[in-house]
Amino acid sequence: MELSLSREDAAFRDEVRAFIAENYPHEMRVPNPETDLTKDQMLLWHRILHKKGWIAPLWPKEYGGPGWSITRRFIFEQETSRAGTLPPLAFSVTMVGPVIYTFGNEAQKKKFLPRILSGKDWWCQGYSEPGSGSDLASVRTKAVRDGDHYIVNGHKTWTTLAQHADWIFCLVRTDPAAKAQAGISFLLIDMKSPGVTVRPIITIDGSHEVNDVFLEDVRVPAENLIGEENKGWSYAKFLLGNERTSMASIGRSTRYLNRLKQIVKSEISADDPAFSEFIREIARVELDVLALEATELRIVAQMSRGIEPGPVASLFKIRGTEIFQRITDLTHQAIGNYGLAIREHPISANHFMPGPDYGHTASEKYMNSRKLSIYGGSNEIQRNIIAKAVLGL
Amino acid sequence: MDIQLTEEQELLRGSLQRLLRDRYDFDARRKIVATDEGWSRKHWSAFAELGLCAAPFQESSGGLGGGPLATMIVMREFGRNLVVEPFLETVVLAGGLIEDVGSQAQHDAFLPQIMAGESIWALAWAEGCSRYDFNNVATTARRQSEVYVLNGTKATVIGAPWADKLIVSARTSGEPRDRSGVSLFVVDRQSANLHLQSFKTIDGRRAAEITLMNVQVPASQLLGTEGEGVAALEACRDRAIAALCAEAVGAMSELNSVTLEYAKTRKQFGVALGTFQVLQHRMVDMFIALEEAISLTQHLNLSLATGEPHGSKLASGAKSKVGYAARFIAEQAIQLHGGMGMSDELNVGHYFKRIASINVQFGDPTYHLMRYARS
Repeated sequence: MELSLSREDAAFRDEVRAFIAENYPHEMRVPNPETDLTKDQMLLWHRILHKKGWIAPLWPKEYGGPGWSITRRFIFEQETSRAGTLPPLAFSVTMVGPVIYTFGNEAQKKKFLPRILSGKDWWCQGYSEPGSGSDLASVRTKAVRDGDHYIVNGHKTWTTLAQHADWIFCLVRTDPAAKAQAGISFLLIDMKSPGVTVRPIITIDGSHEVNDVFLEDVRVPAENLIGEENKGWSYAKFLLGNERTSMASIGRSTRYLNRLKQIVKSEISADDPAFSEFIREIARVELDVLALEATELRIVAQMSRGIEPGPVASLFKIRGTEIFQRITDLTHQAIGNYGLAIREHPISANHFMPGPDYGHTASEKYMNSRKLSIYGGSNEIQRNIIAKAVLGL
Repeated sequence: MDIQLTEEQELLRGSLQRLLRDRYDFDARRKIVATDEGWSRKHWSAFAELGLCAAPFQESSGGLGGGPLATMIVMREFGRNLVVEPFLETVVLAGGLIEDVGSQAQHDAFLPQIMAGESIWALAWAEGCSRYDFNNVATTARRQSEVYVLNGTKATVIGAPWADKLIVSARTSGEPRDRSGVSLFVVDRQSANLHLQSFKTIDGRRAAEITLMNVQVPASQLLGTEGEGVAALEACRDRAIAALCAEAVGAMSELNSVTLEYAKTRKQFGVALGTFQVLQHRMVDMFIALEEAISLTQHLNLSLATGEPHGSKLASGAKSKVGYAARFIAEQAIQLHGGMGMSDELNVGHYFKRIASINVQFGDPTYHLMRYARS
């Protein structure tokens, strides 16, 4: 399914396609790019996009964005996703970057934005805490003003790729007396500061993506406060809005669905009743993808006419993640007995993994994708958002 | 991708909305359905005066050139208002078939009357054992010099009791399940030896079982190429599906809005139903189901309008996905209305019944899921 494109936009699409084909690093094509690459490998594509000026499609031109229309941003998103490229680190480019150029002061913009664009700084997100889950406003990490510094104490968790991070953007409580959202500030903390400790959390798929981050008497210069003290909640909400914009992940679902079809053909004979069952389930998921893609294109077309999409981003998050979870579930079922096996410590990748190549990531993907309906505001939270903001309940 | 209506299309939709608001509210509809005939010729004439009956036809056929998008606009509004008049049967099915495969003489003889709202048609393709396949035809048509002689029984022909003309599929050669050998005929409903047994459908329409015993049809009334009726019916089904999906979307959007309204006002345990999270999330899922159905229906209609390849596969996909979504919304709308949802007084149950009926017409969601999967 395609947007009907003007001649210029179609030429742009071809340019993006060709650029990916010619420049996407071969060494990033590994079985599971999300877990198998080193930090330097992950940054290869980032640096190539930066050099081309395409690293931050969302950003305004004055801060280093390419100045694309909504349609071109969508084309770029669609093409990079279809080609299976690893997206640049979202915490840097789509999350903290826009917060800094929207709410930060000139010194902060000058200091941080170029380093985000170049990939010099790797950012992680200090939102969740052991007691807070989806209820972010319950943050307990404290920041107490001490002259021109804050003294920060607390415990952040589920911090994705913190093991690579140079900086962490944190929600911290600066006014313990104020209620929930009111006493929260948005603070940027150098991961090299004394008192910052990162401890890996190994997830059920055996990978190391997330971490605990302990903050003990960390001295943070007050100049690292974004915007005003105690106004952090509104910046955090702004950021979450960005986080949810492109979670339909049509390209990814389509690629995994095509692979699932191949696996089913190779693994199950056509006269086995299970074959029909798979064909039927695959058709249902394929139609789910098609309907979501048509919805995405409908919304993009509306946005390019200046109509604000509103909280419909929650719809993409809900359906995009449900669909991908279903695909990984079916893929795990399709490989049969080899669904018992799982790769160990993917980064070393030198352990024996039985069964055909196409099944090697089925178990870990099935397990890992359980996270999708939990992070970024759980799907239940997304339904609360639609209920309130769209349905008026 | 998103359909931004042209000025003409906006005009069509706006005037139809006004007409239906003024003359086709739920009470008016109830009265129409309760009459002996079960439909309203007066309302039909009003639709024709608005130009609805001419809207989808090509300008070269004397129509307004609106194509599938015009049909979509009309059917969505009809779905909102539960309109029973045979627009689908007369304009989309019969009119579409005639325009698609009819001869110039047949265009001239039939299309102007259809566009003027002066003749009502029905499509008799199903048989007792056909399920949803056009090739399962046991009815026969035997050529005897200048006439065909038709024998057999056609099943569940929607709108037949209202119709002036029927399009009947009958086998001119081959075995009952052969793809080739099925032909289409234009048959006068009043023909000698053609018998109707009428019945009411679950959604307040009228249909009939039709028995043909040596019915003589002039050879000039063969519609399209002899023996190639299945392909014509398949193309007709794609157009019908696009229209039915739009009608379903209209019905779904009304169900969602009345259910939401009810949840905000109806109190249980001292609070509005809508304050319960489990019901909020149900209604969010109904909202999402509708949004996806709208998108897919638009995508299908645009694809048919521009003659995209794979239009037929897409039609089956949409029939399936929209059908499941419509069933989910309809069932949940009754559930959320509680006991009231069971009452015939409320419009909710009538939308439910129309959706149940749409899900049977031209193949159910499972049938089309498998057709989509295999094509």
